[in-house]
Amino acid sequence: MKSSDEGYASPTATHPATGPDVTPVTSAPARPRKILGGLSGKMKSRVETACWWLLSVGIFAGLWEFCWYVGWADPLLMPPPHIFLSNLPEQFKFFDRGNIVGSDDTGASVLGVLAVILWTTMRVVVGLGIGFALAVATGLLNRYNRIFGNLTLPTITLLAPISPVAWLPIAIFLFGIGNTPAIFMVFVSVYFIIVLATLNQIDNVPANYIQVARIMGATKRQMYTRVILPSILPGLFMTLRLNLFAAWMVVLIAEAVGVGSGLGQIVMMARNTFNSSLVFFSMTLIGLLGFLLDQLLRIVQKRLLWWIDQEGRK
Amino acid sequence: MAVPAVSCHQVSKVWNPDSASPLLALDDLSFEVERGEFIVLLGPSGCGKSTLLYMIAGLESTSSGTIECDKLPVTGPDSDRGMIFQEASLYPWLTLSDNVTFGLGLRGMGPGLRREAASKIMKKVGLGDMLDKRPDELSGGMRQRVAVARALAMQPKVLMMDEPFAALDVQTRTKMQDFLLQIWRDSGASIILVTHSIDEAISLADRIIVFTSRPGRVKKDIRVDLERPRSPRDPAFHALQDELSELLADEVDRAFADQQRSETGSHTA
Repeated sequence: MKSSDEGYASPTATHPATGPDVTPVTSAPARPRKILGGLSGKMKSRVETACWWLLSVGIFAGLWEFCWYVGWADPLLMPPPHIFLSNLPEQFKFFDRGNIVGSDDTGASVLGVLAVILWTTMRVVVGLGIGFALAVATGLLNRYNRIFGNLTLPTITLLAPISPVAWLPIAIFLFGIGNTPAIFMVFVSVYFIIVLATLNQIDNVPANYIQVARIMGATKRQMYTRVILPSILPGLFMTLRLNLFAAWMVVLIAEAVGVGSGLGQIVMMARNTFNSSLVFFSMTLIGLLGFLLDQLLRIVQKRLLWWIDQEGRK
Repeated sequence: MAVPAVSCHQVSKVWNPDSASPLLALDDLSFEVERGEFIVLLGPSGCGKSTLLYMIAGLESTSSGTIECDKLPVTGPDSDRGMIFQEASLYPWLTLSDNVTFGLGLRGMGPGLRREAASKIMKKVGLGDMLDKRPDELSGGMRQRVAVARALAMQPKVLMMDEPFAALDVQTRTKMQDFLLQIWRDSGASIILVTHSIDEAISLADRIIVFTSRPGRVKKDIRVDLERPRSPRDPAFHALQDELSELLADEVDRAFADQQRSETGSHTA
């Protein structure tokens, strides 16, 4: 995951602007530490991170613009950022507040874009939430009750490698068109992986943690709720974050095929209507959303599982 | 004398008893621990002294023989018998207060009473102002003190320690030994401590039980009658050091020879 080693700083952070104000007092050559001398260490690293983000995205966009400028990139097929971001109102009208695609009479506002984004995000979050909770529960139950484990594990192991896309017809057979098949697809894309990850984490709980609790007379149930569950959560949350991007990919496919609304549907419609600007605009939204959601999960992780960093990022 | 706190009677342990090459780890061990006695199990590494500790704790079963605590056979762990491991093994997701009273929580004690108990015990181990700290904020020695506090909270009759100070530096180690003696006097519990350090054994023990190398047997049971605090400059301390070194050297030599024999044996086979 590219963003995992970065700080919180988003590419749009405003701190770089404060940089030049703080002029170096000494005659020492411009070492970055001196330029940012007035800021605390944490702030400095954030500013630095933000600068790298801007630079990275800037170079990427610059190369693209260059290709357009010298005529290598056909603006009809590969419109550079300044084109597909210039006619935003034109784009907005494809985003409908009513969660229905095709009617462009209520659109043409940012609200429509927000509505579409919220619908897609909701599908991802609900699917991930249900998938995570049920998967961890299944995993714990697998180890807690041997018979349940023996009965379910072989099937789960066989189902795990099936691509979520292969579940798409089933999602539509079962749930028709609407939100449910998209949520189901997200669920399927994380559930099996997290069940297996849970089992792996349970088997790797440090023996000392278990023994300490046994010595103090923990019952089996107490062992699972008070020792095993908290000690596997950090690792599982990491698994969840790694699978977030997979969930994003899946929800777009589901929306394109089985929902009839959302960002996935808009990308599909843009393809069918040969609207390349809309394609790239949607892609930009998707990228930003995925990034923001990962940051959100990261904050949740810090708050809920504060011991994870001391554990060496399990 | 009164009922012993722990008594081991002809205890043996065989690893992989059903395999082609069962391994006899402990052989026919018998000894008793009096109430309030400080026992040190001393032996070369791999002699099974930790295994014995785990069996007394009820974490490991015996292959034959019986272990009794207060005349009751040991069938599993019991909060009467506390244990401290080489690693403090505090739960990183709990504050020190919650770590120390983890066992009381298992018994169903409410948060208010637990908090009270935690503050009392943490004061006893000299960490009274650290109730809300997290384990990762402590040094190794402090962490081990919290582990001791956690064991004490259960008011055990027997406290078992598996090389509890082995991971600490020498200075901290000496401090922790003084600390442990003080805790032992206050609590009145029997202590069984496993170590391979001769000096640690002499500094702490009422009785040192020296183990043979594998299979572990009682090689010698030595009563240490030196006045506490014990000084390594005391000639009697020296004499004990020499005696124990000699006993251990024999065993290490034997273990080494065994190892070589089995290695050459497997080469020719």
